[in-house]
Amino acid sequence: MSSEALNSWILTLVTFIPMSAGILLMFFPRRDRDIRVFSLVTALLTFVLSLHLPVHFHRTQSGFQYEINVPWISSPNIHYHMGIDGISMWLVVLTTFLTPLCVLISWRSIHERVKEFFILLLILETALIGVFTSLDMFLFYFFWEATLIPMALLIGIFGHERRVYAAVKFFLYTMVASVFMLAAIIWLYAKVGSFDFVTIQSAIRAGQVPNFQGASLWLFLGFFVAFAVKVPLFPVHTWLPDAHVEAPTAGSVLLAGVLLKMGTYGMLRFNLGLFPAEAHRNAPWIAVLALIGIIYGALVAMVQPNMKKLIAYSSISHLGFVVLGIFSFTTAGLNGAMFVMLAHGVSTGALFMLAGIIHERRHTYEIREFGGLATPMPMYAAMYLFIVLASVGLPLLNGFVGEFLVLSGAFQAHPVWGILGATGVIWSACYLLWMYQRVFFGKVSHDENNRLPDLTGFEKAALWPGAVIALVMGVAPLIWLGAIDPAVQQVLTPMAQMASKVVGQ
Amino acid sequence: MTTALAQAMQTIPQGVDYVRILPELVLSIFGMIVMMVEPMIDERRNQRVLGTIALVGSMAAVAASVYQAGFPGFAFWNMVRVDGFSIFFHVLVTTIAAVVILASYEYMSVQKIRAGEYYGLILFGTVGMCLMSSAVELVLIFIALEISSISTYVLAGFRRREAASAEASLKYFLLGSFATAFFLYGIALMFGATGSTNIDKISQSLNAGNTPVLAYVAVALMFIGLGFKVASAPFHVWTPDVYEGSPAPIVGLMSTGPKAAAFAVLLRVLFEANAPGRFWMIWISAALSMTLGNIGALVQTNVKRLLAYSSIAHAGYLLVAFAAAPEDGISAAMFYTAAYAAMNVGAFAVVSHFANAGEKYTTLDDYAGLGRRSPVLAATLTIFLLSLIGIPVTGGFFAKFYVFSAALKANLVGLTIIGVINSAVAAYYYLRIIVVMYMREGREDVPVLDIPAGLGTALVLTLAATIYLGVLPGRVLDFAQHSATDLVQVIRPSAPVARQTSPQ
Repeated sequence: MSSEALNSWILTLVTFIPMSAGILLMFFPRRDRDIRVFSLVTALLTFVLSLHLPVHFHRTQSGFQYEINVPWISSPNIHYHMGIDGISMWLVVLTTFLTPLCVLISWRSIHERVKEFFILLLILETALIGVFTSLDMFLFYFFWEATLIPMALLIGIFGHERRVYAAVKFFLYTMVASVFMLAAIIWLYAKVGSFDFVTIQSAIRAGQVPNFQGASLWLFLGFFVAFAVKVPLFPVHTWLPDAHVEAPTAGSVLLAGVLLKMGTYGMLRFNLGLFPAEAHRNAPWIAVLALIGIIYGALVAMVQPNMKKLIAYSSISHLGFVVLGIFSFTTAGLNGAMFVMLAHGVSTGALFMLAGIIHERRHTYEIREFGGLATPMPMYAAMYLFIVLASVGLPLLNGFVGEFLVLSGAFQAHPVWGILGATGVIWSACYLLWMYQRVFFGKVSHDENNRLPDLTGFEKAALWPGAVIALVMGVAPLIWLGAIDPAVQQVLTPMAQMASKVVGQ
Repeated sequence: MTTALAQAMQTIPQGVDYVRILPELVLSIFGMIVMMVEPMIDERRNQRVLGTIALVGSMAAVAASVYQAGFPGFAFWNMVRVDGFSIFFHVLVTTIAAVVILASYEYMSVQKIRAGEYYGLILFGTVGMCLMSSAVELVLIFIALEISSISTYVLAGFRRREAASAEASLKYFLLGSFATAFFLYGIALMFGATGSTNIDKISQSLNAGNTPVLAYVAVALMFIGLGFKVASAPFHVWTPDVYEGSPAPIVGLMSTGPKAAAFAVLLRVLFEANAPGRFWMIWISAALSMTLGNIGALVQTNVKRLLAYSSIAHAGYLLVAFAAAPEDGISAAMFYTAAYAAMNVGAFAVVSHFANAGEKYTTLDDYAGLGRRSPVLAATLTIFLLSLIGIPVTGGFFAKFYVFSAALKANLVGLTIIGVINSAVAAYYYLRIIVVMYMREGREDVPVLDIPAGLGTALVLTLAATIYLGVLPGRVLDFAQHSATDLVQVIRPSAPVARQTSPQ
């Protein structure tokens, strides 16, 4: 098939192949090995297909590419409209990249109800990709809600001791918040008569939406609440540590790696894309919440006795950077925010895998149960160190580029934001390196840790790709930023006009 | 109009008149066949023959309803009107009956219920429900309502060995008769106010000049009577006890069939007759139903009771559509009844199968670990529950969507907000069932039977309908909108209806 012919179908294929495979799996006999191999092949196939997107992407061109737009339901006017720009493309690739790694890391650790696990994982992948590819807001909302069910089941069935509590909390928190978004979407539909993102956007810009002035703040907040819970932003973050600690490793990887990005992606796409004026007006308090998230998340992470909880709180801190970058409304800030999303997906995903690996051997995440692990597990220690350094933001690794861009953007917007945000980088070095020191250095403090086996083949296969990408992202960030920048510019152009209008009023 | 009417009065019923009540005729005939065959079958032997006859009858009725679509118009001296609206509800109600009969197939032998009267009553009850949607004469509506009610009173008490079932039946009967009396009194007052019991004439008379106070009282009384039938607050208190005691497949029928028919009557009475003073009555009842239903459901530990409260809440969502403007409201309400029927009949089919002999296992605890022990049954119930929550690509989502967007279009912001908050609250208790099924270890002593063929077919049908309405709702909605315009047109030409102004 020529690449031209593939262009209109590629998004449909990438989105729905995992789910189709999941449905096929339902009819598989319960031979666990076959199920694992099949899932891995599917996930790899999806990843390879998704590479078509960046390879044939027109970097200089702004707007959506690989579009497909066919009518689906006439009343309400819903289209099957998919398309990606530089922002969503990389998030799709991030998802397809992490899923095969999740399959690998779950290869041995999931040994009961294997079939259900991989079915849920594959359905989750479809839902996640769908969130980033859909341009029809109904479709978007559908995929958005659809991520909840497999994720909640993954946590609730395959998680640790308090899994049911964590799953229900996760579900209710995000479900209730999404209802507000749904209300906003329906309002827009009632006034514009379309769910199409592009149509609604141009209608708003042309001022053709009746009563928009009065409603825009509420619409903005409706979307924002749903996204803020997902990110999660400071006061609504409490579901995250529970969900992470209880989730199985693969669940945590996708939760931190992709699910949280749905929130920041939504802010970028909808809050900034549809309501630039409101975004400007509300930026100060949102930035303050983001800063609180950065610092508070880091401080709480520092005192965690539980390794996985520590990583979970570090996510809150890192995602604070993303929100800060987005609401700085600067080119550097937005580019940086996008880059942090990707870098955080790769390195925190790897951190959760590493935590999962040790949990499998010792059945605990408590940091004080470890110490001196570098002696029995040198390979593991080396890999862990590399990922920790990437996460801390060591130059030439992926964490550095994004945080640097965000902070320079934030500094342009408001020097105080930049200064306060910069402390977050220092904190992250403190909590991660301190944790590393307590776990790996010194003498082996517990006898049972002496006999721990080092990384297995599957674990290496799951970790190496992340490590390599972390390095490539640090050395050659332009591969990613080249496609991100035009999309970001497009978000910012009306922002600048709106901003001057707001000031003019 | 009037000359045609006079002509119709003088002529005796023609052949086409009988076609216009064909589904009712088919159902009655098959009901009688069931009753006649029943004594010939040894009661200890398999009674599937009866189920098959009833199933064929109900399917023939579905076919007759579709066939009827080619013969729109009045029949029997303007007492019955076949239009898109009546066809919609005929097809819906007869299909519900068919699915319930399928779901009862094996239930009969498990519960040791004699099947003859059971199937017969389902068919006769369906006659009433069908007639309710096509009758345009209040007295005939009343008779149809009674046919359907009396059948369901008896069906509610069919688990004869259970005290709870007898209680359910008696309670339903006493309160139901009381409510019907209200409806009848409303008809009487309406006759006093307008001089007719024909809906078209009532509509003309009410549109002609100033509305007498008597008409307001009449509408309120009729609303009370029908409010009881659809289990909307504050006339809902019977629901949990009756649903808990009745046989589970019958609850599936009761909560959808007569309800859909009663909603059809409400639509006719309120919109076609252009009932005065309806707005606040509906507004308050809708808000109360949603809120009380959901709050009640939050604390239930019995799945049947939980679904009973949920059905009260769903009646509330449906009433929201009644408060909106007729153009969108009618079609939204019609779509909602169809989607609700699919998911609720399905949910009760699962419940009835799982309840086992004597309906022993109906508490939440019994559902623990079902996800592991019977994955298919659990997955099916999960989809129905997700649809009841209103998750996209299920019929429940579009049902809620149409209702709330119709309400928003009519600027009913307050009612919409109450509805949206309620559906968020509702997610909690539906979810609790899913959580229990999948995330809690099951007790070994709760048996799980294989899924028999009849139930399996019923589940496949309801599941397909739920998903179909969630993925491609267009055709059903188009049909509903089309028939809604039939209903609205009746009002329009004579006098434009003053649109109710909203509180906002």
